[in-house]
Amino acid sequence: MKKRKNQSKAGTLPIYLILGFTSLFSLFPFYWMFVMATQPSAAYNSIPPTLLPGGKLVENFQKVLDTIPFFQAMWNTVLLCTVVTVAVLLISSLAGFAFAKFQFPGKNFLFILILLTMVIPPQLGLIPQYYLISQLGWLDSLLGAGILFLLNPLGIFLMRQYISESVPDELMEAAKLDGCSNFRIYWSIVIPIIKPAFATLGIIVFTLVWGEFLWQFTVLRDPSSYTLQVALASLNNAFRVDFGMLLSGVFWATVPLIIIFLIFNKWFISSITEGSVK
Amino acid sequence: MEDVQKQAKARKTIKASKLSEKKKDMISGYLYVAPFFIVFGIIGLYPALFSIVLAFQEWNGLGEMEFVGLSNFAVVLQDPLFWKSLYNTVIIGLMGTAPQLIVGIVLAYFLNLAVIRFTNFFRVTIFMPYITSMVAVALVFGVFFSSNETALANYVIGLFGVDPVSWKTSEWGAKIAIALMVFWRWVGYNTIIYLAGLQSISKDLYEAATIDGANKLEQFIYITIPLLKPFIILTVFMSTVGALQLFAEPTVFLGSSAFSRDEAMTVVMYLYRDAFNLGSFGTASATAVLLLIIIIGAAAINTWLTSGIGSKKKRGV
Repeated sequence: MKKRKNQSKAGTLPIYLILGFTSLFSLFPFYWMFVMATQPSAAYNSIPPTLLPGGKLVENFQKVLDTIPFFQAMWNTVLLCTVVTVAVLLISSLAGFAFAKFQFPGKNFLFILILLTMVIPPQLGLIPQYYLISQLGWLDSLLGAGILFLLNPLGIFLMRQYISESVPDELMEAAKLDGCSNFRIYWSIVIPIIKPAFATLGIIVFTLVWGEFLWQFTVLRDPSSYTLQVALASLNNAFRVDFGMLLSGVFWATVPLIIIFLIFNKWFISSITEGSVK
Repeated sequence: MEDVQKQAKARKTIKASKLSEKKKDMISGYLYVAPFFIVFGIIGLYPALFSIVLAFQEWNGLGEMEFVGLSNFAVVLQDPLFWKSLYNTVIIGLMGTAPQLIVGIVLAYFLNLAVIRFTNFFRVTIFMPYITSMVAVALVFGVFFSSNETALANYVIGLFGVDPVSWKTSEWGAKIAIALMVFWRWVGYNTIIYLAGLQSISKDLYEAATIDGANKLEQFIYITIPLLKPFIILTVFMSTVGALQLFAEPTVFLGSSAFSRDEAMTVVMYLYRDAFNLGSFGTASATAVLLLIIIIGAAAINTWLTSGIGSKKKRGV
């Protein structure tokens, strides 16, 4: 028995090597981004390549601050992501609640309509959406950047699923006998029960809005309205790019996300499987 | 006597309130789905339909629209750049996603083995690229694959005796660099999905197969792959749709030359350039409609092809 165990352990070495290599492959760009953020631009041309951090961490970041409104963009992004996430959670859970617990004519048709929206590529409506936002005077504003993300059919799908599984009908009946209105039931009974689903959907929406580029790039043209993604992309538009500065910007924009991810990695990973597998 | 009457009355009010309860529920139902459908109407349905109408008009966004029939489609379909961008999108998509799905399955299989330890560490590190934004990935890879001869990528291929490549301005250099960043960012994501799929497969099946004398490879081919099929279909579908919508990576990777070179221009970049750099909303909308058709077609074909996995083998057994 002991021998067999040893054998299977020896057989796992190549697997560990492959997994280790993949981890290295996944982590290296993060590490290298940090190295470059601490090096002068010239270090980039050295042979063999520089793979150890240097002393220009502050200086490079100062250059970023001189080139783009970094903290403004960071604040814009956090504000945009937070407001959109809260709004999507409310819209999705309300609609999911209705689809899970109430009977009304046309319900199935409306639900199928939502499923259909999931397959329409967002680029199809890009031009009219841009036109609409410009007519409303919402270009260069977070309102214009955010409104598109309120449309999240996946959210309704997840919420309907979760509510119909986890909110017992008996509980609703009992609440009704006690004279609770439907909205009161939603607010005081459903929301506390579906908090885990809020976490899942919240992570999905937050990271989606944080990283989305096409729409934000289209409507945010004024530097004061830039979100992080648009601001970072603009760093790359100069004729001669200062690589140290560029990667310093990327590094400091990524650090908050890495910290949040490392703390909540279980939630992040399960949000992927729950968001797609169901 | 009085008691009975009271009871009856109470029963009646309950019944009456139940009837109105049904109506209340109906109203609540409509009320609660209303916010979504208002949003959907304004920024989903209306723009989608408007786009389709726009595809048949000539319009620069300011003046009058003019109905031009199918000529926008003719212009786009006769533009070599449209075909080049479609070719680029398909090639980058294939190179970026096909290997990713295969590697994802293998990694997930390893992570699901009972003998392997530290799986949580591997899971977290392999998944980590997914949390970075596409822009960040494109910028980091943009420096890694810079056009300088001293680019780190050139140093690495130099170790294998390959001459330096001008990554941002050569036909294959740009495509390989972009495909690699797509691969890097998404491989962990797909691994996680496959892992969830593997964990849903009962261990008894493998035990039974072991008793029947099937080796690990046979088990992988005849048990794992067929039972993983729904997850494979899901990831193939998502990868197909995502790959055809590629925009951020090439645009940011190429920086200021993104819309003036054609080595890595994708269909969405072509559409964007038409609309926002050239002011031709009509042809851009025609491209959007064509893209919709291409995406639906490709997703349908790929899903159909993936559904065939394993079923042939079953017949063989």
